[in-house]
Order: sequence, then structure tokens, then C-alpha cells
Amino acid sequence: MTDAVDFLVPRDVIVAGGGNAALCAAIAARRAGKRVLVLEAAPKFYRGGNTRHTRNMRCAHDHATDTLTGPYTEEEFFDDLLRVTGGNTDQTLARHMIHLSKDMLTWIQEQGVRFQPSLGGTLSLGRTNSFFLGGGRSMLNTLYRTAESLGVDIAYDAEVVGLDIDGGTCRALTVRQGGADHRVETPVFVAACGGFEANVEWLKEGWGEKAENFLIRGTPYNRGTVTRMLIDGGMQQIGDPTQCHAVAIDARAPKFDGGIITRLDCVVFGVVVNKHAKRFYDEGEDIWPKRYAIWGRLVANQPDQIAYIVFDAPNLERFMPSLYPPISAPTLAELATKLDLDPVAFMAEIQGFNAHVVGGKPFDHTEPDGNRTEGLDIDKTNWAQKIESAPFYAYPVRPGITFTYLGVRVDAQARILMADGTPSDNMFAAGEIMAGNVLGQGYAAGIGMTIGSVFGRIAGEEAAAHV
Amino acid sequence: MSDAGAPILPHATPMLAEADRLMTVCNSCRYCEGICPVFPAMELRRAFHDADLRYLANLCHNCGACHDACQFSPPHEFDVNVPQVLAKVRNDSYAEYAWPAALQPVFRRNGLWIGLGFLVVVSAFLLGMIVVHGGDLFTAYLHPENFYALMPHNVMAALFGAAFLYMLVAIGMGALAFWRDLAGGAPAAIDLARAGHQAARLTHLDGGGPGCAGNEGQGGDPRKLWHHLTFYGFGLCFAATCIATLYHYLLGREAPYPYWDLPVVLGTLGGIGLVVGPVGLFLAKMKRPAHLWDTESRGMDVAFIAMLFATGLTGLLLAFLRHTPAMGPMLVLHLGAVMTLFLTMPYGKFVHGIYRGMALARNAWEQRRAGH
Repeated sequence: MTDAVDFLVPRDVIVAGGGNAALCAAIAARRAGKRVLVLEAAPKFYRGGNTRHTRNMRCAHDHATDTLTGPYTEEEFFDDLLRVTGGNTDQTLARHMIHLSKDMLTWIQEQGVRFQPSLGGTLSLGRTNSFFLGGGRSMLNTLYRTAESLGVDIAYDAEVVGLDIDGGTCRALTVRQGGADHRVETPVFVAACGGFEANVEWLKEGWGEKAENFLIRGTPYNRGTVTRMLIDGGMQQIGDPTQCHAVAIDARAPKFDGGIITRLDCVVFGVVVNKHAKRFYDEGEDIWPKRYAIWGRLVANQPDQIAYIVFDAPNLERFMPSLYPPISAPTLAELATKLDLDPVAFMAEIQGFNAHVVGGKPFDHTEPDGNRTEGLDIDKTNWAQKIESAPFYAYPVRPGITFTYLGVRVDAQARILMADGTPSDNMFAAGEIMAGNVLGQGYAAGIGMTIGSVFGRIAGEEAAAHV
Repeated sequence: MSDAGAPILPHATPMLAEADRLMTVCNSCRYCEGICPVFPAMELRRAFHDADLRYLANLCHNCGACHDACQFSPPHEFDVNVPQVLAKVRNDSYAEYAWPAALQPVFRRNGLWIGLGFLVVVSAFLLGMIVVHGGDLFTAYLHPENFYALMPHNVMAALFGAAFLYMLVAIGMGALAFWRDLAGGAPAAIDLARAGHQAARLTHLDGGGPGCAGNEGQGGDPRKLWHHLTFYGFGLCFAATCIATLYHYLLGREAPYPYWDLPVVLGTLGGIGLVVGPVGLFLAKMKRPAHLWDTESRGMDVAFIAMLFATGLTGLLLAFLRHTPAMGPMLVLHLGAVMTLFLTMPYGKFVHGIYRGMALARNAWEQRRAGH
């Protein structure tokens, strides 16, 4: 905790949250001349929720820039969104956001944020996504500096634990800081405090005991406390409550906040087996990023929520270096022992796989290459290569939860709607807490930041106009 | 120490092992790619041997921007502090490459050694001038030969020429060892030009644009200005000395020179830079957050800054007091400072410029070869 914030000083707008959406809302409201207080539940170092692990945002633009390789029209953005969500989106709201995303590129740079060309290994995003110089935490630091220099008050370790909601009006909040609860009255409330991905008890409601074995890719502070209170307070919920975005990450990663660096995207180079040494899904089904996004869920449904990506020597340097080295052994049997798998079953599975590899075409992991197996219960339909050259390698993987979809419904002014569909009086929402309006399922790189920035700015401006 | 990214390769020191761990963590992230050349250079590698790490460490300019941008810096359990760990590896590398090896320990208590060196050199000059040469420190300013009444020009030229040559050889040997460790690389003129440009402008102190950490993101790094004043001040003083030497031997024009002449003009301007720049660098260092640099190098850093400051200040005072009785003592102090600076250059902070320059050249070459 740094500078103590006086909760008794009257404010015009109170923002719960401390990430991209919260800061955009706070800055927009402050620029409209309002007195703004930001309540960040995390300590200062961990401020910013998932924003600290992001690296880019997806905004529509009509022309190439010095950091974007070509145009990305509103229409194309909309088509991409329809595709990744399978149509599970509020189309009016989505079009509204995409339209405003164009100006966001300028607005966010006016707040001091700097872009750079797309990072190495992400050339596929070089046209559509704007990368933050130094990544998400660097971007956040800039937004915080800007907010502070404008005179926004920021309280850390300040969790909103109570909402006094009267009909459609939020009268006051209860803020817990340093073990003491403070009642803070507010003319307007902006909820921009993320999802509940770090709340394992809540995840269990959708996933059962499996959730105990999930790793959380962000900080432990994304607990969804405000989401729950808003829904309980009569606001309309949106998004599948049982779903979350999950990818396969290294099982050796810490329980929380391993971020992006624990990811493993190398299933195409080998096979994936479960704790019984059995394959369970076609590793050659699809290319990145769709492949990346399904394996978390696949592993979640395996016994003990663990799996092993197994490959051999020629593939070791075909993908980005990993945080933890792969487990290696000179023979498959020894590898099985190291992984605590039954060597007999493991050998049988790999040899069975090898015997059914048809292959024959040049291996090319950048597109479906037609090298497949034939005759297995679960064939690998692309990139099938025999696993035969020592040493052999494996990565243990577990589901890594990135974000949740459940949130509250909003309108185009980012105003939270009540269960009966009527707008609340003085409550707005931005960011992950309302992402489900636009992103009902699936994911497209950088879209979470678009939702946060665009709806954050709307919420801030609308909140300011309300006071 | 976190086990995330734990090294597989053997390393000569625990700090090199820690640097390997950090580069392994960073190589699986790469968010800092746009900040400085350390990260693109890292991306060209999958394993980090000691020589790679010393190279990356010398490429780092300690702007600190990557630390502030890092999701995994302390208190995160991954404990990633690239600027500080690379600073330690870099400072260790100065000793490891020093020639002759017997003098490597000088880096350990560098401030003390350089301070003692200054005392010894000044005492030796005093003894030489008074006892051997029979000069009178306080009346020499009245003598028609001025400076040279205390130390004949030829003696001065011989002593300083020898010290300068020794310095060149010793630094050259260190540079050669560093270059060998880098295992080849064949920078072309364009690479040298690029490296020279970056060094001359301190481009990489910009943190990719927004400025260094510990500067509250308020634009440019103030150290850049101080370093420019120091670096170019030193260059002007050096030029003044070279021109004066040419005047003496080629044109037969002997010091002292009139105020408007090149040696005095350049020397005065350079002297001002050498006084103001080091003061700025010293104050910036005192203000620098401890977690961003290697505080164990404080003695070495301050000793070098102090010697530059002493050289500049005594030079200016000598120029302004040369017609007063203070000329003699000032000459002793100025010659002592310059001699100590020359002799200790291979064993102090000065070598940072040599190794960083070479790292920049190597980087320009390898990035061009990689097609970047």
C-alpha cells in the first residue's frame, strides 16, 4: 500500500478495478472534470488484473501504420468476431465497439501508451493487433502515471466487498482495506474489476472438483466479488457461467500468475497422452490459435487434469523455447518412468501410433500438411511423424485458466441492465466483467483489451455525464 | 532464487547461472523485444553460455525499462531482475577480461586502489619535481618556462606517452579476450558505423522510446545528458592535448598558448564538460533506485567519475591560475590526475565503453546476418 487514500472525501465517480478498463474509465471521467477514485483490490505490484499479462489490442483501422502492416476494416473485424464466437455475440454492441475501436488507437496513445511492431513469432497478428511497447504491464504503468498526473485517486489493497443497491441505484460501496471496512457513498459506480478466474470455489460450480487442479494464469485477486454482488443485486447476467477460457500450460507452473510464459503450444510436434498413457484427441486437428484454445479444456476432462506432450529429438527446436525444460530420456521406457506413467502401456501407445503414421509429405507445421495416421481409434490428421529418434521429450501440462465469460449485461452506454432489461440508474461496467456481451464464447487475440479500452472509455464518459 | 527457467548449462559463477535463468525466462516471454537490443539478441539464442551472457550483459545499457515492464520482477516468485543481474555479470566481466590477470583483483576494491594510485602518483610527481629536478612549486609560475620549469617537456611527453601506450596495450588485450569469447563475428563498415552511431547517441538508454526506469517515465534519461557532457568533454580535452603536442613537435610552438588558441579553447570547453558531466552522473547515481543496478560497483563507478572530475577541475584551475603561485601545486594535481586516469583505465569503469562498443558492433553484425 502506498499513499493512503481518504475514503471520506466526496467523489463523483468510483471505479472498482485496476486494469485497462478501469483506468480508461477513470481517465475518461477525470478528463471530463470529475473527481474519480479507483479501488484496486490487489497490492500495487499486482495491480491491473489480467492486463498485466496482455501484450496487444485489436482495433479496426483503414490504413497501415508504422506498427501495423495493413488495414483491418470494421467489416473484417466483425467477421472475425462472429467466427470465433460462433455467433454468440450481441451484434449491435459488437458493431458499436468495433466502430469505436478505430478511434481507440489514437485515444490510447494520447494517454501515453506506446506501440511497437508485432513481436517475433506473432507475424500473423502484425496487421490486426497493436502491440504495447514492453507489454501489458508497461502499458498499465503508463495509464496509471497518466491517471495520477490528472489527479485520479488510486487506492490499492482496496477490495469492494459490499454494494448497497436500491432498485437500480447503487447508493454506496463497502471497501475493505487493511482489515477495516469503509462505507463509501457514490453518485456513480463503474464496475471494471474483471472476472472470477482466480476464485476456485466459483470455478467448481461449473467444473466440479476438477477445478482444484486448474492453474490460474493471472493474479489471485480476480475473484469476481463484484460480479456476484451485482447479479445478486438484481442485475442481468450474461455469458455461460460454467465456461472459461483455458489453454494447456506447463504443469510445473505456479498456481497463480504464471502469465504467458508457461504456455506450451507444441502438440503438433508429437502426441498427447493422459495419465494412463492413452491418447485422447486428434493433435493435428487445427492450426494456432484455435488449437491453442481447445487444449486447456481437453486436458481438464482427463483424469487428474494432467496430460503429457511427447515428442522426439528432431522437434526440440521447432518451437519457441520453454520456461521449464522438457523432461527428457534416452529411451521411451525411461521417459515413461520419469513421467510416472506405466512404461508398458506408454510403449504400446507410442509404437501403435508410429505403426499407423502414413506421412510421406514434407512436414510443415505452419499449415495442415496432410501427414496423418490411418486406422487408429483417434487419428492424428496432420503433422503426424513417427516418434523414434532419441532422446525423447515430454512436457506435463494442465489447464491454465485465463478468463471467465460470466458477467453482467450492458447497453451501448456501458450501463448495466437489470434482470428485467431496464437500464440501472447509476451503474456502468467495462472490461472482463461485461466481456460476455461481445464475446459469448471463444477468443481472438487482443480482443479483451479492445473490450476493456472501448467500454472503459464509454463507461467513464457516460458516468461523468451522469453526475 | 526461483526454479523457473533453471539453467541446464554449467556456469563459472552463480551470477552467470542466474543470468542464464533470467534469459531463459525472458526468451519464453519476449514482451521486451522493442525496448533494447538485448532481447532481440537473446532471441537469436536458445542456450546461454557464459560468453553469450557476458556479451548480453555488455550490450545492456542499464536503462531499467525492462524491469518496470516485467510482470515477473520481484516480488513475483519468478524474481526477474534483468538490469541488476546483467549489471553484476557485466561488472564481473571487466575483471575477467582484464590484462594482466594478476591485476584483476584491482576491480574488487576499485575505489580504494584508484584513490591510493592517485596519492602515489601525486607524491611521485612532487618528489620528482622538487627532489630530483630541484624545482620550486610556488615560484615556478614566474619562470619563463612556466610548467616546464617543474617538469621538462620531454620528460612529460615520455612519461605520459609511456603511460598512454601501456593503457592502449592493456585495454587492447582485454578487448581481444572479449572478442575471442564472442567467438568470431566479422563486423563490416556498416556495422561499425551503426554501433558508433548508437554509442555516440546512447540510443539504447531510451528504453525503446519512453525513457529509462527510475525516471518516473518523464521522457529522456537525464544520465544521457551527463554522459554526453562527460564523454564529449573528455574527447575535447584529449583533442586539446593532441593538438598541443602537434604544435610542440611539428610547429615548434610551445605552451603556454594564448586564450584564443585551439588547445586552450578546446581544453576549457572539455574541462567544463568534465566537471559538470561527472557531477551530474554522480548525483544521478545516488538517486538511482538500488534495485536497478549493482550497488557493489559503487566504488568503481564513483572512482572513475571522481578521476574524470579531478582531471577536468584541476585542468581548468591550472589554466586560470597559471600566473599565480598556485600554478605549481595545480600542475602536480592535474598531471597526477591525468596519469592516474591513464594508468587505471584498464582496471576501472572506463572499460565499459570498450566492451559495450564491441558488443554493439557484434550486435549490429549478427542482427544484419539474421536479416533484421
